[in-house]
Amino acid sequence: MAFLTLKNLRFRQGTWQFAIDAKIERNSCTAIIGPSGAGKSTLLSLIAGFERPERGAIFVDAEDITALAPALRPVTILFQENNLFAHLTLARNIGLGRHPGLQLSAEDKTRIEEAVAAVGLDGLEDRLPESVSGGERQRAALARCLCQDRAVLLLDEPFNSLDPALRHEMRSLVDRLRRERCLTVLLVSHNPEEAAEIADTALFMHGGQILERGNLEELLKRPRTSQLAHYLGQSRE
Amino acid sequence: MARSPGPLTRKFYAIARISWPGVVSALFLLLLIGATFTVLLIGSGPIRLINDLGKDPYLRQVVGFTLWQASLSTLLSIGMAIPVARAFARQSSFPGRRLVLQLLGLPVVTPVIVAVLGIIAVYGQSGILRDGLQLLGLSWSGRFYGLTGILVAHVFFNFPLSVRMLLPAWDRIPSENWRLAAQLGMNSRQLFRWLEWPALTSVLPGTAAVVFLLCFSSFAVVLVLGGGPSATTIEVAIYQALRFEFDPPRAAALALGQLGICTALVLGLHHWIRAQSISRGLASGARYRPDVDQSIHRSFDLAVIGLTSTFVALPLGAIVYAGCTGPLSSVLLDSRLWAAAGRSVGIALAAAAVALSLAVGLLVTSRHLVFQLRRRTESDVLQIAGSITLAVPPMVTGTGLFLLLLPLGIAFDLAVLVIILVNATLVLPYMMRTVGPAFLDAGHRYDRLCRQLGMSGWYRLRLADWPIIRRPLGFAVALCATLSVGDMGVAALFDTSGAITLPVLLYHRLGAYRFDEAAVTALALIVLCAVVFLVVDRGIGRWHS
Repeated sequence: MAFLTLKNLRFRQGTWQFAIDAKIERNSCTAIIGPSGAGKSTLLSLIAGFERPERGAIFVDAEDITALAPALRPVTILFQENNLFAHLTLARNIGLGRHPGLQLSAEDKTRIEEAVAAVGLDGLEDRLPESVSGGERQRAALARCLCQDRAVLLLDEPFNSLDPALRHEMRSLVDRLRRERCLTVLLVSHNPEEAAEIADTALFMHGGQILERGNLEELLKRPRTSQLAHYLGQSRE
Repeated sequence: MARSPGPLTRKFYAIARISWPGVVSALFLLLLIGATFTVLLIGSGPIRLINDLGKDPYLRQVVGFTLWQASLSTLLSIGMAIPVARAFARQSSFPGRRLVLQLLGLPVVTPVIVAVLGIIAVYGQSGILRDGLQLLGLSWSGRFYGLTGILVAHVFFNFPLSVRMLLPAWDRIPSENWRLAAQLGMNSRQLFRWLEWPALTSVLPGTAAVVFLLCFSSFAVVLVLGGGPSATTIEVAIYQALRFEFDPPRAAALALGQLGICTALVLGLHHWIRAQSISRGLASGARYRPDVDQSIHRSFDLAVIGLTSTFVALPLGAIVYAGCTGPLSSVLLDSRLWAAAGRSVGIALAAAAVALSLAVGLLVTSRHLVFQLRRRTESDVLQIAGSITLAVPPMVTGTGLFLLLLPLGIAFDLAVLVIILVNATLVLPYMMRTVGPAFLDAGHRYDRLCRQLGMSGWYRLRLADWPIIRRPLGFAVALCATLSVGDMGVAALFDTSGAITLPVLLYHRLGAYRFDEAAVTALALIVLCAVVFLVVDRGIGRWHS
């Protein structure tokens, strides 16, 4: 069985329908591509537990997590924005990954220092989010995710607002951490070429469904459906 | 052997565990209002009111006058507020603009009884205005007490409020529209016709609704400035029925009528009342308007603003002056004043604390419903529950509790408790409107993050919400405590000593025509309000967790 399994997942918002079946391998990095409104973020919300499916189940490592609260799932997520509490220092924000009331043991503190070092934020721990750069903010958020010790990392376009060079840097960092810590990464992206830097496989979503899946480079080179071709700007008309 | 609960029961427990704060708050309000309503219904008999209205010319007159004065007050306040708000919008930068706008915020927090005293000192039978007119060789001998006095006082409170409520309309006009108007060569009148009036229509109904409601259930103003049966509102008639005629059934019938009319008004105007916000009026999108630089408009605007400031500042200034030159030592050395002041502060803080607990309960659950359970309707119901006391005037709740407690004999301590409770419901809508937006904003930004991190309950309140809501919460508690310090309605109803709170003491000194002592007492009340506001606002607002 695959590491992350989305089995017959059904979800509805008004008239909009969502139906997904997917299997994600352990320690892989999967890009979720597709036009806006395709359901990419909804997919992450379902895995993270912010939305409950009407039918179907989600398994991580053969355990059914469909009924678990977001905080109890072996899943962590980086949002596009508001990943950090603006009124707490970076260290306290990261510490929240260890204990939701910031009651930290000596071991927790060691883990926090380690995570800070892993994302290269040494010396900035006591700053407030507003006094560091956008890239450093997302590094801190990433460090918090690491502190949570979750096997699955969901990235909901967290690097979109950064400059191209910084985006590249953050992607390399995610790639390195995935290998070092054996994380399974799902990455929503508006930019398939950029996603190809770190993602090996991809899901192409359209209208709440997965239309294509497979090796990302292959999909980009040889789209099988007209929708993907159209999305990539390769349609012949 | 215990049966394991079914899925429905489990679901019920899960929802109950999370939404108890809002449910408890809502039940509390429901119980209070339901008890009031029941007591009034039993106390009056529903048919009696309708019978009385048919037969009793006094009752007809009271209801008629209440509606008539509220309509006139609304018309005058709004009619005056439109040109003044326009002047402020057009003159988006002149020295002291902020200060003048803050001055216009003062009447709302000034204790009604103090402002009434100031209005008498300026416009009354032997007021400064008549003295001034006499110096100019003019004399005017119209009666001030009665409709005139009531209208002046209502305009004093509601016209500045209306200006501040109308001002945001100008912020909504895009600057492109002003540039386009300049391009088309519109004059000042055409600007009003094509740009400003359409924007105003979005806020006018709400502003008028709020003003009408405030004037409709005005108590202290009418009690002091009203004259006899021809100028009495329902609230004052309730007070008189309970305190002077000792006719509980009539009081109950009147309270029921007041409740019915207010509820109908709130339900009918609900749509407009909800969307209101008070702007600080600091946005200056109108700098492209073509008529801003013409000196005739500028002079006109500044004259209008000057007159408005004088109208608001005169009564307040008169009180401060009369207070400072009055018999300071004899009033301030009176222990009754200090005891009353102490009780006023105690009641105000307790009422603000009760209102805060109710508001936080409602807001926590309302936010949970909307962000996590996607139950917008239920969430809105809880928010509306927090404003329900707009439809139930404090005098009505007060009357209900009065009749409920009458068989027990109304002891002093009990009276204090009742005043706390009623004041809490009185300020609850303000609390909801001030803290609510910050609370929902904190939810909007951090709800998913908190859920992802497992921050809930106390952890979430302390680490995620408190730093965000601290400032608006400090302001809200300060505002509510200040309003409660200055409020007189229910305290007057339950007073047995003539000095249960500082406003009541002031009213009695005014009623005994001891204007010197009243002025000093009024000054003390103003200082008390200012101290309570500043201490609470700074105390909570700057308190670091």
